[in-house]
Amino acid sequence: MISRRKLILGVGAGTGSLLLSGCDRLGESPRFQSLLDLGEKLTYRVQRGLTDRTALAPEFSAADMSPVFRSNGNTMPRSIPYRQHLASNFRDWRLVVDGLVGNPLSLSLADLRRLPVRTQITRHDCVEGWSAIGKWHGVPLGMLLKQAQLSSQARYLVFHCADDFGGTNYYESIDLVDAFHAQTILAWGMNDQVLPVAHGAPLRLRVEHQLGYKHAKYVMGVEAVDSLQRFGQGRGGYWEDQINYEWYAGI
Amino acid sequence: MPSMSTLNAISTPAGGTLVPRHRLSTRLWHWINAVTIFVMLMSGLMIFNAHPHLYWGKYGANPDPAWFSIGSAGTRGFVEIGTATITTTGVLGLWTDPDGRVQRRAFPYWATIPSRYNLALARRWHLAFAWILVLGGLGYWARSFFNGHVRQDLAPGRGELSPAHIWHDIKNHARLRFPTGAAALKYNILQKLAYLSVLFVLLPLVVLTGITMSPGMNAAWPWLLDLFGGRQSARSIHFIAMALITAFIVVHLLMVVLAGPWNEVRSMITGRYRLPKERAS
Repeated sequence: MISRRKLILGVGAGTGSLLLSGCDRLGESPRFQSLLDLGEKLTYRVQRGLTDRTALAPEFSAADMSPVFRSNGNTMPRSIPYRQHLASNFRDWRLVVDGLVGNPLSLSLADLRRLPVRTQITRHDCVEGWSAIGKWHGVPLGMLLKQAQLSSQARYLVFHCADDFGGTNYYESIDLVDAFHAQTILAWGMNDQVLPVAHGAPLRLRVEHQLGYKHAKYVMGVEAVDSLQRFGQGRGGYWEDQINYEWYAGI
Repeated sequence: MPSMSTLNAISTPAGGTLVPRHRLSTRLWHWINAVTIFVMLMSGLMIFNAHPHLYWGKYGANPDPAWFSIGSAGTRGFVEIGTATITTTGVLGLWTDPDGRVQRRAFPYWATIPSRYNLALARRWHLAFAWILVLGGLGYWARSFFNGHVRQDLAPGRGELSPAHIWHDIKNHARLRFPTGAAALKYNILQKLAYLSVLFVLLPLVVLTGITMSPGMNAAWPWLLDLFGGRQSARSIHFIAMALITAFIVVHLLMVVLAGPWNEVRSMITGRYRLPKERAS
């Protein structure tokens, strides 16, 4: 009886370690990875196809806000032009909206603040698992895109950022469904204050249907494109390129 | 394949005979799920390693009070539950990897997919196999309601829920006295309750709390947030449901071993089960 039990336990442990190393090897195989990637595509299609694309992300009351909203990723860009903008309080900084648009824009922070403001208290969800609730003030991205006369050929928006990791600039991209969503704003304010540097001053993206790494900070330019191929490694964002985070981060 | 109850009505087979036990739909789902649940569990533990703290409520991050944490300090690994701290050095919080290096991650390499820290890859495993879990589970639900599996085999019969009967079954389990002969054709009440709670409580709970963590789905189905009390509560419940499913798997495997692993595993592969011989009483 004991030998049988030992046999079973031994077989169990052996199978376990075989399976474990098998899973590691599977996870490293490009063919298996592309199988796993079907999950992301399915999630994207189902969320886009079966749910209301215009539905608003939950908004909260002031009482629900995080007492301390932790910052993440870069908290102080190293680039010299950025440091100069920061030193001059972003006086000469301009947001450029270009690419597949009929009317490229170049807007100062004062211009952006003069535009209609949307204020929303929303939850920020990091891919790592934590959440923080904060208040954001900014201009609806859809409004800028209309002003810029977005071309019908445009399929994505790429956000060029001032921060970098080891010399590679941060960037992100979203589709037009998210771009024109009512809660997608370029925020210049947070919690009734000017947007702090740690949270992306002077301007950050809020795209409330997706995880935190999609909410590009230190946005310098918005480019309308028909393909993500020519940016970075072509996966649509810094983390997508570097470590294969999902491009669609709605889950 | 005839269901167990029709079979029962036709004749009462004696111990030692080989009888049809599990339907094809049950066997298929069992093995697909056996793989899927392990992938979900182990890739989920890796995702947890990215932020090894759990909170109650709508928000929760490092500055906020966590009710559950796995961490390390110096040469000690620990788990904090509420105000209690349990030392778990070597297993949780601080452990040695196969290359002999000390790692300060919550769950150890042998419990995670992949075995080395990789949140992106763990999410890919988790969110791809989640579809198999959900679609397979819905298919099994539909089939089991349709073919009578739930009604005939899983629903407790009259009198089975009486405290006396349940207590009787608990005593038999504790003494490892399992049903023999024709009585072994039916699930006993503890089995029924275990299978029903996994099928209709824990699996739906783990799936729904998982969906509640999706910012996209929060917009589409905001009622889920109300149901579970916020995203971080949903994350905590997701973890607790995972722990209970793991407990079920441990007991399930133990029971298979105690009840005769070859016969039990064969019945889940070929569908045929040899009834245990009646005890000489």
